[in-house]
Amino acid sequence: MKNTIVSTLGVVALSVSALSASAATLDDVKAKGFVQCGVSQGLPGFSNPDSAGNWTGIDVDLCRGVAAAVFGDATKVKYTPLSAKERFTALQSGEVDVLSRNTTWTATRDTTLGLNFAGVNYYDGQGFMVRKDLGVKSALELSGASVCTNTGTTTELNVADYFASNKLEYEIVAFEKADEVVAAYDAGRCDVYTTDASGLYAQRLKLTNPADHTVLPEIISKEPLGPVVRQGDDQWFNLVKWTHYAMVNAEELGITSANADEMKGSENPAIKRVLGVDGEFGAALGVGNDWAYNIVKQVGNYGEVFNRNVGPDTPLAISRGTNALWTNGGLQYAPPIR
Amino acid sequence: MAVTDSPAGGSTVREKPKVKLLNDPKFRSIIFQIILVSFLVWIIWGMINNAAFNLQKAGIASGFGFLDTASGFGLNFSPFIDYTSSSSFLSVYWVGLQNTLVLAVIGIFFATIIGFLMGVARLSSNWVIRAIAYWYVEIMRNIPLLLQIFIWYKGVLATLPIAKNSIDLGAFGFLNTKGLFAPQFVFGEGSGMMGWALLIAIVITVVIGKWSKKRQMATGQRFPVFWTGLGLIIGLPLLMYFIMGQPVSTNYPTAGNFGPKGGMRVIPEFIALILALSLYTAAFIAEIVRAGILAVNKGQTEASYALGLRPGQTLRLNIIPQALRVIIPPLTSQYLNLTKNSSLAVAIAYPDLTAVFAGTALNQTGQAVEIIGMTMLTYLAISLVTSLFMNWYNAKMSLVER
Repeated sequence: MKNTIVSTLGVVALSVSALSASAATLDDVKAKGFVQCGVSQGLPGFSNPDSAGNWTGIDVDLCRGVAAAVFGDATKVKYTPLSAKERFTALQSGEVDVLSRNTTWTATRDTTLGLNFAGVNYYDGQGFMVRKDLGVKSALELSGASVCTNTGTTTELNVADYFASNKLEYEIVAFEKADEVVAAYDAGRCDVYTTDASGLYAQRLKLTNPADHTVLPEIISKEPLGPVVRQGDDQWFNLVKWTHYAMVNAEELGITSANADEMKGSENPAIKRVLGVDGEFGAALGVGNDWAYNIVKQVGNYGEVFNRNVGPDTPLAISRGTNALWTNGGLQYAPPIR
Repeated sequence: MAVTDSPAGGSTVREKPKVKLLNDPKFRSIIFQIILVSFLVWIIWGMINNAAFNLQKAGIASGFGFLDTASGFGLNFSPFIDYTSSSSFLSVYWVGLQNTLVLAVIGIFFATIIGFLMGVARLSSNWVIRAIAYWYVEIMRNIPLLLQIFIWYKGVLATLPIAKNSIDLGAFGFLNTKGLFAPQFVFGEGSGMMGWALLIAIVITVVIGKWSKKRQMATGQRFPVFWTGLGLIIGLPLLMYFIMGQPVSTNYPTAGNFGPKGGMRVIPEFIALILALSLYTAAFIAEIVRAGILAVNKGQTEASYALGLRPGQTLRLNIIPQALRVIIPPLTSQYLNLTKNSSLAVAIAYPDLTAVFAGTALNQTGQAVEIIGMTMLTYLAISLVTSLFMNWYNAKMSLVER
């Protein structure tokens, strides 16, 4: 419903006016004084409002990082909760400046939507959750099951591929809002709940009896999740991309929010470049040279962000796994700042 | 637009006064209309052109080529069209349209029946029946439809037992949170003959009806058309059923790993929507029917009684036919409303046109302009066809003056 309204508005906006999202997003953002960030409607660990209405999560921290880079103030972000269905239209029509909403990078989305993916801030894969009392041990035993998922997601496509290639029968029940999927699964409308594995752990917390449910071992897809910007605005694209890379580089160099000030006096030229002591990297991005310092100081490096939001000490208790730094055998790897 | 006054009165044919072309009212009105039409065309052309230009500038793919590509996602309800995840986006469109129409037709069917019953009940001389109908109308039409859908879906159907503990309805199958699992008729070889038998029975019934009416007009003698017709319509196919060696069997749902398997499955989303749409619209139809009946002069009822017609006959033969003339135009609006309201299906995961085509397909392809355009035109077409049919029916029912 809401999606239709957003789409229709998008159509009207595209037809009547020149595209409101002009090429220079950075100038627009500076002029209005905040970053408009498209997030999920509530996914613990990624983008979720707490009881006081403050948004937290890995995806939220990316937007806060962008604000820190542009304004030197991580709080200058406004959030737009978007359903999976309406997220791309919202970005295309200029309703949000950056979409940081556990969105999977795929070829279609990268090429036909007029959008660019600015890196991967979480490597994920799709999994299945079932009730323990069904006695199911593997996804291959799911023939005949009803599967609940979100509409307009890669999840919906992967599950169709998986069940078709393994010749399993299934019924898909696709809701627009994640909360409705959880409610339907909880009520027994479906036997299986499928989404990205991180999402399964996060949503399990919302069930009546989280302990009655188990996540099956199969991971059936690659889900590189990352921030998205509009195509054709390379300056803004660079800024969002390097915000993520700055966090990863900071972790690799051992710069944390706690020691950022002290590290400014470091003799290591790589650290000096990241913190803006040497070089004009910020100016090249169109922001201040202390951009990366502000990101790390106010938001933290990638490891801090991960551990704070989804790490072993949080209710989600997800280990670094594929999201560890490349130096530790993971996939998180950032080009050098030099 | 322009007012073209013909010279009033005058028995003699006067010569037209010569005026400049520019001052000629007829010429002017034509010119103004041409200007208006070209202006509209220019605006619409400009919008299309601008949209195409901006889409290209933003790097968003456009065109209808996506309709041929495989959708890649599954749908859980498609009663008449075969659909798999390797079907094209065009199939998604057809399945969505089919699901919308199925919802609309069945919803209209029930809404009309309940609406007529409630409308007549509101005028009943029995206080209890009148009160029930009154409260039904007042409650149903004053609660927002979306809320009613949620009440049926989340408040009633979601509280049913889970698949493992299905309610056993005996001959009617099983009921659980995953819907109704009813026995299904399996039509074997030779069952086609039963269809023909049914068709023949209907034709004979219609012929008998016409003949009996003619005879009643001529001689006053009546013929039990209803009972004869009922006997024919049930009897002939049944006879054929035994002649062809009982080709129809039933497929009962049986317990499977994940709840009942086999038989005919009605998903809870569909049940919730039919309940909400038909009960909600029926409340409006009841008021329309009541207004229609009240619009018929009380003298008509008295005249019927004076001729010796019973109350039921009076209603059926005298009041309703006259009331229909008042009822049909607003009834058309209600049918259109129900059809358009069926797009609220998107709220509870029923795969109608809005949900799967203007929703999922749009999201997977990102081609908002094409898909929203197609969807709007489709709803417009459905509504116009419904309107045309109802206008034809209205013309047929209207007062024929002799």
